[in-house]
Amino acid sequence: MRAYAEGETHRELDDLLGTTWRRPPLVQRAWLRWTLLIGFAVYLVAAIASVEVNWTRVYEGLDRGAAFVMAFARPDFVSRADAIWNGMLESIVMTVASSVVGILISIPIALGAARNIAPLPVYLICRGIIAVSRALQEIIVAILLVAIFGFGPLAGFLTLSFATIGFLSKLLAEDIESMDKSQAEAIRATGARWSQWIDYGVKPQVIPRLIGLSIYRVDINFRESAILGLVGAGGIGATLNTAFDRYEYDTAAAILLLIIGIVMALEYISGVIRARVQ
Amino acid sequence: MPVLETAEGPIWRLRNRRETLTRWFVWFLGIAIFLWCWQQISDATTWFFVWDAPSIAGDILGRATPPRWSYMDNLWAPIWDTLNIATLGTIAALIMAVPIAFLAARNTTPSALFIRPIALLIIVATRSINSLIWALLLIAIIGPGVFAGIVAIAIRSIGFCAKLLYEAIEEIDHSQVEAITATGASRWQVMVYGIVPQIMPAFAGIAVFRWDINIRESTVLGLVGAGGIGLQLQASLNTLAWPQVSLILLVILAAVVISEWVSAKVRGAII
Repeated sequence: MRAYAEGETHRELDDLLGTTWRRPPLVQRAWLRWTLLIGFAVYLVAAIASVEVNWTRVYEGLDRGAAFVMAFARPDFVSRADAIWNGMLESIVMTVASSVVGILISIPIALGAARNIAPLPVYLICRGIIAVSRALQEIIVAILLVAIFGFGPLAGFLTLSFATIGFLSKLLAEDIESMDKSQAEAIRATGARWSQWIDYGVKPQVIPRLIGLSIYRVDINFRESAILGLVGAGGIGATLNTAFDRYEYDTAAAILLLIIGIVMALEYISGVIRARVQ
Repeated sequence: MPVLETAEGPIWRLRNRRETLTRWFVWFLGIAIFLWCWQQISDATTWFFVWDAPSIAGDILGRATPPRWSYMDNLWAPIWDTLNIATLGTIAALIMAVPIAFLAARNTTPSALFIRPIALLIIVATRSINSLIWALLLIAIIGPGVFAGIVAIAIRSIGFCAKLLYEAIEEIDHSQVEAITATGASRWQVMVYGIVPQIMPAFAGIAVFRWDINIRESTVLGLVGAGGIGLQLQASLNTLAWPQVSLILLVILAAVVISEWVSAKVRGAII
């Protein structure tokens, strides 16, 4: 926004009188606006032109699509009940175990990644761990861990624990950095040891946030555990993949409905708990 | 305040006996559940492979370095595809998310009783299923390729964008809407002049934020056959071409870092 000199505003207003008012654009500078618009249009044309769509294949697929949508109306929980139950159980087991381990590891890392608590070398190391954990997607970590540890839920468990560390440590460290200093100082003034200082000065301030974040992460871990099976890292994903491969849409619909149901339940529970602790 | 009476006098306690016992019981239960879960994982694991893991990891690392830089020539087209999947998917998602957000927001929905629950259901259903699963499903329906990836990303992003957008719509300043209404504006004019300018910054922020996430997700969509650089990753993994795998992982890492940087810059400029 440019600053107006004394009297200039009035002259502009006089100029505007009699003309129609127009909405101010989102991007103020005209050349930038046009460059962005034209560049974007050129990109769009190039991108859409490069996407090859086999429309006959899509058209043929519409029947299957309709069959799938219909499958949601009558999901089949029964005929593969064993596989669904085992897969679900494995997903839940992985979620619980990885959340517990991930949270336990991420607390010390969060303390180390908070600049107001940790000395610089520790801070840099912990921030490095967080950056690595956040940059690698779960599925890629899972592929590598499956290659190293073999198929099964152990690889999935390690993947989710690793991903939990990056997520939780970062947010918790930010919370510790923005805490109220005076409370921590008061504890320190009583002559508390370092561990007592953390326990009575820092912990009470961040525990509500830690609980909220942990529950949110449990929710995310469950959602992620549903896809780890695609690369052989255990969980319901393998069952789902098999159902798609066999074109058993009613079983796939049943699994998807279960996932949606559990995610909704978890979201509801986490909302209730977060409202209570905060 | 709970106090423990002893022969030497009262001792201050943080909790009374019942609270303490409840706490111990909850901890006991929690640890028991965790140990049971660990038992399940342990039973399903071949521990021989795990003890062997360090040597295997070293072996893979040895094979994967140095990355096969010459393979980069084969990667430019998949990178372009990945970018397209993320961008076109985000655009398609936004086009669908905007009406859903307006239908879901309490202050703009035409019917809080019937239409709002449907909009919320669409938001929850699309959000809780990962884009890889959407891709799997779409590949079964419309066949493998970039198009399935775009649609998968689009569907997955609807819920995310619509949720953030309808929360932004619900938080708007009502007096501006009233001022526009007072001029005798129609329902659509109120929307264009009273609501849209207020949510425009939030909308742009959401779009860029989701685009950043979608770049991440579209790099792995190829694992199930939905186009992009993940296809090359899958092919290299299947042929155990570890030098190519390490190169692809480096490219993915670079894409993630660049998209995060772009998104942070743009959001910083908007807000």
